[in-house]
Amino acid sequence: MIEISHLTKVYGTKTAVQDITFSVDRGEILGFLGPNAAGKTTTMRILTCYMPATSGRASIAGFDVFGQSMEVRRRIGYLPENPPLYSEMTVEKYLEFVGGIKGLDRRLLKTRVPEVMEKTSIRSEAGRIIRHLSKGYRQRVGIAQALIHNPDVLILDEPTVGLDPKQIIEVRELIKGLGGDHTVILSTHILPEVSMTCGRVIIINEGRIVASDTTENLTRRLMGSDNLYAEVEGPEEAVETRIRALGGVTAVSRQKTGKGRGNGYLIETEIGRDVRRDLAALVVGQGWGLLEMRPVGMSLEEVFLHLTTREEEVPA
Amino acid sequence: MRNTWIIFRRELRSYFSSPLAYAVMAGFLLIAGFFFYAILTSFLNTAMRSEMQAQYYRMAPPPINVNLMALRPFFHNLAVVLIFTVPLITMRLYAEEFRNGTIELLATSPLRNWETVLGKSLAAFVLYASLIAGTLVYVAVLFFSGKPEPGQIFTSYVGLLLLGGAFVAVGTFLSTLTENQIVAGFLTIILLLLFWVVGWADEFAGPAVGSVLAYVSLLSHFDEFAKGVIDLKDVVLYLSFIGFFLFLTHLSLESKRWRTR
Ligand SMILES: Nc1ncnc2c1ncn2[C@@H]1O[C@H](COP(=O)(O)OP(=O)(O)O)[C@@H](O)[C@H]1O
Ligand SMILES: [Mg+2]
Repeated sequence: MIEISHLTKVYGTKTAVQDITFSVDRGEILGFLGPNAAGKTTTMRILTCYMPATSGRASIAGFDVFGQSMEVRRRIGYLPENPPLYSEMTVEKYLEFVGGIKGLDRRLLKTRVPEVMEKTSIRSEAGRIIRHLSKGYRQRVGIAQALIHNPDVLILDEPTVGLDPKQIIEVRELIKGLGGDHTVILSTHILPEVSMTCGRVIIINEGRIVASDTTENLTRRLMGSDNLYAEVEGPEEAVETRIRALGGVTAVSRQKTGKGRGNGYLIETEIGRDVRRDLAALVVGQGWGLLEMRPVGMSLEEVFLHLTTREEEVPA
Repeated sequence: MRNTWIIFRRELRSYFSSPLAYAVMAGFLLIAGFFFYAILTSFLNTAMRSEMQAQYYRMAPPPINVNLMALRPFFHNLAVVLIFTVPLITMRLYAEEFRNGTIELLATSPLRNWETVLGKSLAAFVLYASLIAGTLVYVAVLFFSGKPEPGQIFTSYVGLLLLGGAFVAVGTFLSTLTENQIVAGFLTIILLLLFWVVGWADEFAGPAVGSVLAYVSLLSHFDEFAKGVIDLKDVVLYLSFIGFFLFLTHLSLESKRWRTR
């Protein structure tokens, strides 16, 4: 449904998005996860035809966002980071206006406006002036606005930001219910949001995709045997370099000193590769002491931190 | 066309749900009323004096013309006041959308830029026309105190509509250049003042440059209408001026969409 290939966006001298490639299938809810300034909004603005990419291509339902933008716009609903509300209008009039510019005729509006208000639970606020609504209700009006023409694709930029915990849960439930009928891309810098609402995650940092997988896989990837914690007694430098040299090991980082006399090491390995036997052989062969060895799991939160802070970790 | 209508309706409704429209209307009618009063009293004084002189010298009173002596200066002053009024109406048109982020809704909906340009400028124009219509009350007063010539009043109003259309077009364009309404309004006033004063410069400039300057001076063309003359040349100037600035507005919006850096 959504295809993005080698997308790059440069603002002046600042590269906001660099060579991004991914696709989203029909009915999928994709989480677009990254810290602030990662390039989420930029990518979404390109997808919604708000601005062009510097290079690369993006298409929705087979239509190019740049070359066939009118076709694309008819098929997308977009909730920008700041809901695009006209504060002096009533909720109902506003939704009629948006429906109108999305191409719905009068007759269709009559049924569609109450429908989306029902779906987003704002029916009771229909006659209220948007300026007087709470943040949570405004966000719902923003989502209702994106849904009004029943678009194939929904693009939601940080839909829960600034809401209180109760509202966050409600909005997440609402979004969860949208999958299947709609293809949804949802950006967020809050990790639990993704695991709660999305089937698949793309993690973006500093304009680049650093990971892309199903929510379950991403969690599993760094769980179980894919990560090892080992406490080894021996010369720190040598231990670290030798472990890193083992086949299948992708990274080693020194942890705080363990309970015993040895040093703690966090060892990451290629997925599905078990290096425990090799590690044990290495330690024994060198005459060091293997004091502890266990697989470690990571919460998705740690995965996220880990993935997006890798650069800073290396020199430390 | 339907999209233009939808944009137009929302824009007009938004004008009338904000205090700004009412404040501008009240302010404009107050100032126009003041000018009207001042010009009318000075006109009546002149009329009275010339009548007294005529009686003193036992001559027939010289003919005095309400249109020439009261209406023309009134409309001329009105036109100058409009330089400061129209920007208050147009400054928010796009600047507010940029500021509130609602431009993201418009720019990602299946709308053409020219559709929003037409809808928005038309709404501003209708508000402007209702301001101008308010001054009809003053003009009506003249019919009690003299015999103004309706034809000249009519051409003056045609002129005011064309002049206002040109002002609205300039204001709409400048509103796309910034997200700050005040800046947009200020720029509009400056540019409109410039289009006014170039009319004076034609006397210092050489004949070739001078005639060009006189041609683009918006207010000097209006004077013809205020005299009671509708010249096709003036109408064409205003219409092409309006067309040109609306096209610039469209281009300004397109360029935001096409800029790849
Ligand atoms: N209009 C712009 N002009 C210049 N730089 C921008 C603009 N918009 C975003 N950026 C920069 O691009 C980077 C990515 O921003 P953004 O896409 O908004 O990230 P996110 O939505 O993930 O927080 C940031 O460093 C930001 O400062
Ligand atoms: Mg953002």
